[in-house]
Amino acid sequence: MSGASDVIEAEARRDVRNRWLLSMPALLIILLAAAGPLLIVLVYSFLTPGPYGDVQWQPTLSAWVNVFLERDIFDETLSLADAHVSIFMRSVWLSLVTTVLTLLVGFPTAYFIATRPDNSRELWLFLITIPFWTNLLIRTFAILQIIRNEGLINNLMIDLGIFARPVQMLFTDGAILTGMVYVYLPLMVLPLYASMEKLDFRLVEAGYDLYATPFRVLRRIIIPLVKPGIIAGSILVFIPALGAYVTPSILGGGKNLMLGNLIELQFGQGRNWPLGAALSITLMLIVMVALLFYVRNAKGSGARHG
Amino acid sequence: MKRITTTLAFAAALLASTGLAHAEGVLNIYNWGNYTSPDMIKKFEDQYKVKVTITDYDSNDTALAKVRQGGSGFDMVVPSQNYIPIWISEGLLLETNPGGMENFKNVAEEWKNPEFDPGRKYTVPWAMGIVGTVVNTDVYKGDINTWGIIFDTPDELKGKVNVVPEMTDVIDAAVLYNGGTKCTGDLTILKKVRDTLVKAKPNWVAMEYGTIEKMGSGDFSASSDWNGSAFRQRLANPKIKFGYPKEGYVNWSDNLGVLKDAANVENAKLFQNFMMDPENAGMNSAFHRYANGIAGSDAFMPADMKDAPEIKIPAEFASVGVPSQTCPRKSRSFTRRSGPSCRSKLPA
Repeated sequence: MSGASDVIEAEARRDVRNRWLLSMPALLIILLAAAGPLLIVLVYSFLTPGPYGDVQWQPTLSAWVNVFLERDIFDETLSLADAHVSIFMRSVWLSLVTTVLTLLVGFPTAYFIATRPDNSRELWLFLITIPFWTNLLIRTFAILQIIRNEGLINNLMIDLGIFARPVQMLFTDGAILTGMVYVYLPLMVLPLYASMEKLDFRLVEAGYDLYATPFRVLRRIIIPLVKPGIIAGSILVFIPALGAYVTPSILGGGKNLMLGNLIELQFGQGRNWPLGAALSITLMLIVMVALLFYVRNAKGSGARHG
Repeated sequence: MKRITTTLAFAAALLASTGLAHAEGVLNIYNWGNYTSPDMIKKFEDQYKVKVTITDYDSNDTALAKVRQGGSGFDMVVPSQNYIPIWISEGLLLETNPGGMENFKNVAEEWKNPEFDPGRKYTVPWAMGIVGTVVNTDVYKGDINTWGIIFDTPDELKGKVNVVPEMTDVIDAAVLYNGGTKCTGDLTILKKVRDTLVKAKPNWVAMEYGTIEKMGSGDFSASSDWNGSAFRQRLANPKIKFGYPKEGYVNWSDNLGVLKDAANVENAKLFQNFMMDPENAGMNSAFHRYANGIAGSDAFMPADMKDAPEIKIPAEFASVGVPSQTCPRKSRSFTRRSGPSCRSKLPA
């Protein structure tokens, strides 16, 4: 008897050990590729910038002070770093608008796919993934070709006599938004679809049977049920949008900076690595706050209909 | 079993082919974008059986920041003369002694022993030019020979002006515009410079390097720019003119050096010598449209370069040009601190 239970116990122990061994590579990668560099970034943010990039090993808080405060070049007085603060606000704002716009476009798209017959859904989903086949940079340059002053839209509008002269679309916030909505749309559609696919459409029918208006059905039945998808999609769009680099640097013309560009500037031309590191950590903190906010909201919704 | 053999054979073939490519030699050049003649590179590749790869940068700071980290994989770089003393003092350039190379005799007298590289121990001339303005004269008909295009942008050009992100150039221009001298440490001037930049920025549309393409396509109607770049824009659209700012402008040169951690030093030295041959330098100028500092190279340049308004400085502006130089620490630190904040400052 006891022999048998020993065998079972040994088996279980071996099982646990195997599982640990099998997950070792992944754990090592996480440790080396994520935690390690993060630690370096954190340490660098407390050091002094070297004259041509790099850091000098003299601990200081000045990088962190510089994230929000600016030391006057002439009289060394501190004032609010309005450039940094407005770039932070702008990044958060543009990312929020991107999230809302992708939700507005992505929701009907996902609903459309989820309500197709089983055999054609695959095809629609497949179509959603097509943009991923092309490199992000190339897609962004394609948008640039369309909206530039002698691009497709302006030329067409001038030929039709609607515009008298080209309208400046490139290098504006609108251009950045267009690019980001286009790039991040699939990230919104896919999780939305995943939760709509599980939606029990008999509930929708029941709502109509009880004389609910379509808007009421949407608001009281569909949205609460697909809320996990909305939250997942919003997180997947908002977080990368906040750190977007390629889109604002091409469509924003290198002047309309977002956080990603500001950080790059500090590590490149600005040669102020500690400030770049401090800005990166600040970006991470914003993401964490946003995530906590989402998670708390998600819990509330789960309890109601779970 | 058969499959394993095939795979092995394939792998062996692959190894052999890479080995072969290695034996024939490679050369990795890190240079300003759109600045290297493809024909001239082809000639070098054919002549020495070396495969050349070119990677672009858009400012001296970007190049310096990247190479300083080490292991960049580049063999050669083309910094501006005001940055060369920094590259040398930071120990990034290899002393290849171009002054002793076979083709050094072709280097023009005034470039044989420059202040930034005495005795030409590190670099050979690549190109030299002027920082000025370009304006599409279809859009703006007024005086283009002024930094006012950039800093007091006329109404017609508001929201259509680009500024090339070479921060030293931008600060120098603003200093000269405010009546200062290059590398000034005078705080009253530098304060004016900062105010000028803050005031000017809302009228700019972008800070990009690629002016040749975007001036041509009408995305920009004016920009700060270099004369060779302006030359190429005029060839594409005769309405685009180069302005010599009457407040003063900087004369610069870019020079080709070999990196200390270069993997292909011998090929890099071959290329340095190759660039001092008048025919090759002429081919390169035919592409980038700047002067090159190699005597006798004009014979190999297109005829339209001799009297081009971008190359031949008008007599009235000849006296206001100032040489580019490495500024003392004080004014450099001003550039360094105000540069990025100028880039990150937002339009109102």
